[in-house]
Amino acid sequence: MTLPAPVPDITPETETFWKATATGRLLIQRCAECERCVWYPRFLCPACHSTDLLWTEASGRGTVHSATVTSRGILDYKDAGSYVLALVELDEGPKMLTNVVECDPAEVFIGQRVEVVFHDTGAGVALPRFRPVTEAVAIPGA
Amino acid sequence: MSIRGKAFIAGAYEHPGRELPDHSIPRIHAEVALGALADAGLTLVDVDAYFCAADAPGLGGLAMADYLGLRVRYTDSSDMGGSVYLSHVGHAAAAIAAGKCSVALITLGGRPRTTSLRAPGQLMGAPPEAGFEPVFGLNVSAVYALAAARHMYRYGTTSEQLAEIKVAASLHAQHNENALLRKPVTVEQVVSSPMVSSPLHRLDCCVVTDGGGALVLVNEDIARGLDRRCVKVLGHGEAIEHSHGGWQDITVTGAVRSGRDAFDEARVTPADVDYVGLYDSFTVTALLAIEDLGFCAKGEGGRFVLDGALQAPHGVLPFNTDGGSLCNNHPANRGGMTKIIEAVRQVRGEAHPAVQVPGCEIALAHGTGGWLTTRMGNATVILGREDA
Ligand SMILES: [Zn+2]
Repeated sequence: MTLPAPVPDITPETETFWKATATGRLLIQRCAECERCVWYPRFLCPACHSTDLLWTEASGRGTVHSATVTSRGILDYKDAGSYVLALVELDEGPKMLTNVVECDPAEVFIGQRVEVVFHDTGAGVALPRFRPVTEAVAIPGA
Repeated sequence: MSIRGKAFIAGAYEHPGRELPDHSIPRIHAEVALGALADAGLTLVDVDAYFCAADAPGLGGLAMADYLGLRVRYTDSSDMGGSVYLSHVGHAAAAIAAGKCSVALITLGGRPRTTSLRAPGQLMGAPPEAGFEPVFGLNVSAVYALAAARHMYRYGTTSEQLAEIKVAASLHAQHNENALLRKPVTVEQVVSSPMVSSPLHRLDCCVVTDGGGALVLVNEDIARGLDRRCVKVLGHGEAIEHSHGGWQDITVTGAVRSGRDAFDEARVTPADVDYVGLYDSFTVTALLAIEDLGFCAKGEGGRFVLDGALQAPHGVLPFNTDGGSLCNNHPANRGGMTKIIEAVRQVRGEAHPAVQVPGCEIALAHGTGGWLTTRMGNATVILGREDA
């Protein structure tokens, strides 16, 4: 089953992030002061409160930190059936909520290596989801 | 300054309804207000402070004060989801201790069972994370499931251990004639119930109920003049825990901080606690609270709850003797109010005889509002006998 790809709420703070998704790039903010990467995008670093946050292109690789197969979707996911909601730890450090796709939901596991894929919302921006990294899949830039 | 011993819970009332299709939400607030005040031997005229959460109809407490005809000189409608009623007990006690008011009324009412559910986070307009969570199908059971799955991975916790929490709640609920689910269940029944968000099954989830509850807090002079046995507020703590820009430990809740502050203020330790009311929106919610409040070491919760540890009256840590949110009541999707109400019953010695903890002197009530994994409100209240 294809997951819904709802159009996100886009604000002035998050516009840069979403625009990059249209060209298949996952941007995250890195704090110029404490050097931590921050997820989700915002005006200031929640760790050191510096407002000097720089957009940087993430590797798009990460590890499943936790995952659930849920069948209780709401709103746009009301009729989505069973799907994987996951917390993926990006190689840059922060964890983001997302979906793991292109595999059997039951086979997603904590510790699994994943890479980003973009699902077009039809509104000029795309949702960053993740799929398992397998030997058979060529990884752009790797 | 400390609030220790400065305020007393004089009245506590849980609405007996679980499906109230013909009640307006303001009427539910009114019914529980009258119930709690009658329990205290007071009336609406005596009330000079009013507390409700942001989900109460109208702007803050304005509409409900108008509807109830309250003369209010102190008010607080802050919100932390379902944990907020424990926070309000602390705020009311602080206001009483400061002489800002003398009779504080706290009410909760809602009808999620007979109206459609609201989307998480949609209470007050778009929050900053709005673009990054609903689009991936975030739902309440799923974010609790993420914490449960990680706890299992990290500490070896099992579904059978989580099920013990539901089993204990169900054994208690059989004695509560108002409980929505009164039939005891087994571990086997819990783990074979349909999966909702893995690893959480349907029976790991709390009930959805209409209804509400209310509390009345008073100062020491008023408490002394009342016929009713009051319950002393010994300590309170609260904490917001969140995602730390994506660096959070999803197996840990803000109970670590709210519990420590409450224990310090009450000048007691977990070993002194005779009864706990633990927020149990899901079984895992209670499990994490047991660890984070210090009733066992981090990661030991799954083993701690075995062997009837949570079962009243003789378990090592009797919990949720009304049946909790897992079986009895979770009015308005906010389980903090009923956690305090049953704790008050326990300290007064008025729980059902089958589950009354003998010699219950110190009770703790704890709330976890909002969402594990992303952001949560946590509040802890410690109660003692009037003469404590
Ligand atoms: Zn920083």
